[in-house]
Amino acid sequence: MTIQLNGQPVELPEDVKNIDDLLRHYQLENRIVIVELNHEIADKSKYTQLPIADGDKVEMIHFVGGG
Amino acid sequence: MSIARYSRQELFSPIGKVGQKKLKDARVLLVGAGALGTSSAEMLVRAGVGHITIVDRDYVEWSNLQRQQLYTEKDVMEQLPKAVAARNRLKEVNSEVIVEGIVADVNGMNVEELVKRHGLILDATDNFETRLVINDAAVKHNVPFVFAACVASYGMMFPMIPGRTPCLHCLMDHLPAQNQTCDTVGVISPIVQLVTAYQVTSALKILTENELQPRLQSFDIWKNEQAVINVESLKNKDCPTCGSHPTFPFLAYENQTKAAVLCGRNTVQLRPGMERSIPLDKLALRLKELAGDVTVNPYLLSCTYEDYRLVFFKDGRALIHGTSEPAQAKAIYHRIVG
Repeated sequence: MTIQLNGQPVELPEDVKNIDDLLRHYQLENRIVIVELNHEIADKSKYTQLPIADGDKVEMIHFVGGG
Repeated sequence: MSIARYSRQELFSPIGKVGQKKLKDARVLLVGAGALGTSSAEMLVRAGVGHITIVDRDYVEWSNLQRQQLYTEKDVMEQLPKAVAARNRLKEVNSEVIVEGIVADVNGMNVEELVKRHGLILDATDNFETRLVINDAAVKHNVPFVFAACVASYGMMFPMIPGRTPCLHCLMDHLPAQNQTCDTVGVISPIVQLVTAYQVTSALKILTENELQPRLQSFDIWKNEQAVINVESLKNKDCPTCGSHPTFPFLAYENQTKAAVLCGRNTVQLRPGMERSIPLDKLALRLKELAGDVTVNPYLLSCTYEDYRLVFFKDGRALIHGTSEPAQAKAIYHRIVG
């Protein structure tokens, strides 16, 4: 499956099926992250129930603390 | 004042002469004088912002020079506090503006006094706890706060406008358990410049009362990626900071950690629960037998002690280099200062 992630096309492996899987794929599951799926912010409590499909547009911003 | 000084900025029509006057009348607080703080401060001072206060708890070290643009080798050798070295350089850049440098740790005990007398706050801290403390004070006193952060080649920015946008507490409802720091992944200078370019642009828009679209943005300059999210829908009406019944939890004394592990170094900062003042000269005498390489300047005392390097500031704070264990650091502190 190919999605647009932060404006760039990204090929995802078969086992990435929902937002929760996507965060795990990028090792961001323990971080503070805000995810937008097709222009709508994804509810954190529903990440496992939000499927990702070919062609979806995802914006994903994780928080960092440095400065 | 030279008429030419701000001419190119005044020619830029969204600012103009009217905007330039607003910049001159503005008071901006910068919390942190590290990579982000030195970069943003230099831009604001060159732009003619009339009063800038820069607050930092640390002093200049060799590992800062790669990206912290206001500092020189001389500052490192003199072990100058960053707030002092930054102020010195900023005054050289623009003698027509007021630059205050304050050597202090910003926390719930002092943040409101700082925030109240400024019209805008720029985030240049290196930890989430201090950001949430500032966020509480910013919302409470209705002062916009431009959040910014970076590690490695990645950075982010969000202009928080009290009453209009979600606050930082809405966006991050807890302190992250796992976090990348300069210690684990490093940082490169170009991402600092990219983040502060966006941060200062937001600041200029706020100060000159131009329209601002408050968006959460992130950038990875190495991977050439960026993301923008409209976070308006995350404004939480029950937020303890900006909701309908605010309690400002990060301003409460009991919620504050007294020890902080510093980003990028094997170091713990300790700050006393109550304000205390350490007579550095007397401490230096006491340490003659106990410690090595004792150096005192008007701001701090540094020495080596066992396998550690210790730095005491006159306001009672201490940096314990050589450990990342708060309890260990406290034990050493108490052995020395009591």
